[in-house]
Amino acid sequence: MTELPPPSAKKLGLVIDLDTCVGCQACATNCKEWNAGGHLAPLPDFKPYSAGANGVWFNRVHSYEAGEGEEGRTVHFPRSCLHCETPACVTVCPTGASYKRAEDGIVLVNTDTCIGCGLCAWACPYGARELDEDEGVMKKCTLCIDRIYNETIPEKQRQPACVITCPVGARHFGDLGDPGSKVSQLVAERGGYALMPELGYNPVNRYLPPRERPAPNPNPPAEAAPTPLDIKNPLLRWLDRALSR
Amino acid sequence: MNPAPSIVFFTTASGAGYGLLFWLALLLVFGLAPASPALSLAPLGIALILITAGLVSSLGHLGRPERAWRALSQWRSSWLSREGVAAALTYPPALLLGLAVVIEHNLLIKVSALVAALGAVATVWCTGMIYASLKPIRQWHHPMVPWGYLLFAAFSGITLLAALLAFFEDARLLAMVAAVLGGGAIALKRAYWDSIDAPAAPSTPTLESSTGLGRIGRTRPLDPPHTEQNWLLREMGFRVARAHRKRLRRLVMIGFTGATALNLVALAFHGSTAALPLLPAALLALGAMLIERWLMFAEATHTVTLYYNSEG
Repeated sequence: MTELPPPSAKKLGLVIDLDTCVGCQACATNCKEWNAGGHLAPLPDFKPYSAGANGVWFNRVHSYEAGEGEEGRTVHFPRSCLHCETPACVTVCPTGASYKRAEDGIVLVNTDTCIGCGLCAWACPYGARELDEDEGVMKKCTLCIDRIYNETIPEKQRQPACVITCPVGARHFGDLGDPGSKVSQLVAERGGYALMPELGYNPVNRYLPPRERPAPNPNPPAEAAPTPLDIKNPLLRWLDRALSR
Repeated sequence: MNPAPSIVFFTTASGAGYGLLFWLALLLVFGLAPASPALSLAPLGIALILITAGLVSSLGHLGRPERAWRALSQWRSSWLSREGVAAALTYPPALLLGLAVVIEHNLLIKVSALVAALGAVATVWCTGMIYASLKPIRQWHHPMVPWGYLLFAAFSGITLLAALLAFFEDARLLAMVAAVLGGGAIALKRAYWDSIDAPAAPSTPTLESSTGLGRIGRTRPLDPPHTEQNWLLREMGFRVARAHRKRLRRLVMIGFTGATALNLVALAFHGSTAALPLLPAALLALGAMLIERWLMFAEATHTVTLYYNSEG
């Protein structure tokens, strides 16, 4: 059914810290690695070893410059499905293949009934969906549904592949519908925001803005004078000592 | 947006087919029908051929065309599904209309013609709403878009019907209506282009709002996420036509104006000689429609391109 389920109390999603992200692409790489064999596998690659290589990825990391001069910042910006609360990608689907789970809000595609019309990708303002041109069906981020509920892997690893691999801890996974959850508190504390809220799709994922840069110290410590030990040349050291008497 | 040939042909051919079906059905409802049944059956057959060819062509756009029947299921939420349902529901009354014309059953003709005409309008309206409901594409999420689909289908359909009937009888009434619709089509397209060319409203998404980095300042791309193309860029980042938009828009206008003028000229002709200006008018209208549909895609920009090149 492509009609939306009633809003769920549980809203699983990601919180991405733009302050700490270093743009290393590890999240995108591990996402591809896991999902090439995961719930929506395979993720095709065309011409993987030559010019024109392209394929389906669920996560794309952009880098931007924001602000001017001294205020300018380089910001790395991972972009993936935001698991919106009112996703148009679900309601436009003519077959019911695109759906939002009532129990946790994850947006998924049933590749057995998808006709590959591409309308959901047109309806997604965030570019979260990519057509698998090999299989002829739409693919998208599953929030690693096959990891987060997977009882055959250690509990600590039951997190999306992108979160568990991030070397700087810039990605957080949790229930954004629960105001007491770690991720919700992080969002409240750091002023996390949604992307393009004006379009009205109510994304669940949140981005944490780069922190304000600390103001420069108004009283910088004075530079210390050289000690006799800093003078390497023995002749100059003797001269320094003789003159200092 | 990438103008897929299958979709451009589909909306042009099916649009003209539904327009033709609509006007023929209207003639039959009001008893202005062509004298002999064969003169009703020929345009009806051509309408159904155009509609079917278009629908078959639209399957070419699907990754899995063999599953197309599934698209009839989600009419409660999806305009694409509604279009499929409306298209499927228009066939029975249209075929019944053919039968009614053959057996010359007057009541059946009027009832099936009315239902077929309503079905044609509903289908084209759904087509327009597929585009108009997509908020990420500014040029499509526009109040004039579904009306444009209706008006252009009506215009191309009536020019066809006028050209077909002019060979056998007086088609001056149709030519007159076609000229009025042509004038409307020119005015609507002009107003639409003026509207999408105007500076975008401040609420239109920008790279700053799509990344939320506007709080720091002006934002521009530094490094792309991938150095090669991907499906998103090929599908949504189509930019070839924008370089030629002026020339292509002029061609659309020449086609519309030419078709309208030829329909006016036809008013001065008597008998089957009226087909002389009406046939090229219909072909001109169809040609202009193909370019219009192509431009409709090529000029449209998707918010995902903001992330790549800060162009919305």
